[in-house]
Amino acid sequence: MSPNELSSYLIIGAILFSLGMFTVLTRRNAISVLMGVELILNSANINYVAFSHFSSGNSAGQIYAIFVIMLAAAEAAVGLAIVLAIFQLFHSIDVEAAQALKD
Amino acid sequence: MEVSTAVFYLIALVTVISAGMVALSRNIIYSAFSLLGTFMGVAGLYVFLGADFVAAVQLLIYVGGILVLILFAVMLTHRITDVKITNRAAGRIPALLVVAVFVVLLIQTIKETPWMKAKQVVFTATTATIGDAFLYDYLLPFELASIVLLGAMIGAVVLSRKEIKE
Repeated sequence: MSPNELSSYLIIGAILFSLGMFTVLTRRNAISVLMGVELILNSANINYVAFSHFSSGNSAGQIYAIFVIMLAAAEAAVGLAIVLAIFQLFHSIDVEAAQALKD
Repeated sequence: MEVSTAVFYLIALVTVISAGMVALSRNIIYSAFSLLGTFMGVAGLYVFLGADFVAAVQLLIYVGGILVLILFAVMLTHRITDVKITNRAAGRIPALLVVAVFVVLLIQTIKETPWMKAKQVVFTATTATIGDAFLYDYLLPFELASIVLLGAMIGAVVLSRKEIKE
C-alpha cells in the first residue's frame, strides 16, 4: 500500500464496491439502497481514474469518470423522484411495501 | 514516511470507514452524512491520481448535488415527529458471506496480478485536455449526455409532482 502503486487504489475500490453491494443487498429502505448504488459507482470511478493514470497517461479514463458522475446525477434525481412517488402511494419507502404489481 | 504517504493513508482510512458507516449505521441520517466522508475521500484519491478536474467535479456534483438531494429525500419521506428514523436491514448474514467471499477474491486477484509500474508522472492541469477531448473526440457522447440529463430532469419533475384532483 502506497500512493505510487496501482494495487492500493484497486483495493480501496474493491472495498468500496463490496460495502456498496452489502448496502444494496441488506437495506430495506429505498434511499439506503440508492446510497449503496452511489458507493458502487464511486468505486468504478476510482478504477477508471487509477487505470488511466497508471497506464496510458491520456485522459480517456477521466472522461469516462465524468460521464459516470453525470449518469449518477441523473440516476439519483430519477431514483429519488420514484422513491417520493412510492412514498405518496404506499406511505412507506420500505422496498418490501411496494408489491402492488405482485397482487 | 513521507507526508504525502501519511495523507494518502488518512484519506484511504476516511473513505473506507465512512463507507462502512453508510453500510452499517442504524440511523439513515448518519448513513447520509457518512456518505459525505466517502465522497470527499474519493475526491482526495483523485487528487493523488493527478485528476484535478475530476476531483472538482466530484466535489461539486456529489457533495453539492447528490448528497443534498439524498438528504432532502430523507427529510421528505419521514415525518419530523418520528424520533426514530429507522434504517432496517435484513438478511445480513447471507449477504455478509457473499460479500466477504467476493472481497477476498477481488483482493487476492489484485495482489497476484503483475500490474504495470507507474511511469515518471508529471502532474499537469488536466482541464484543457479534457475540454478539448469533449469537443473533438467525445462530441457525440457529450451531446447525448445533455439529452439524457434533460430527459432525467423532466422525468424527475413528472414523477415527483403531486396529482392535482379536479
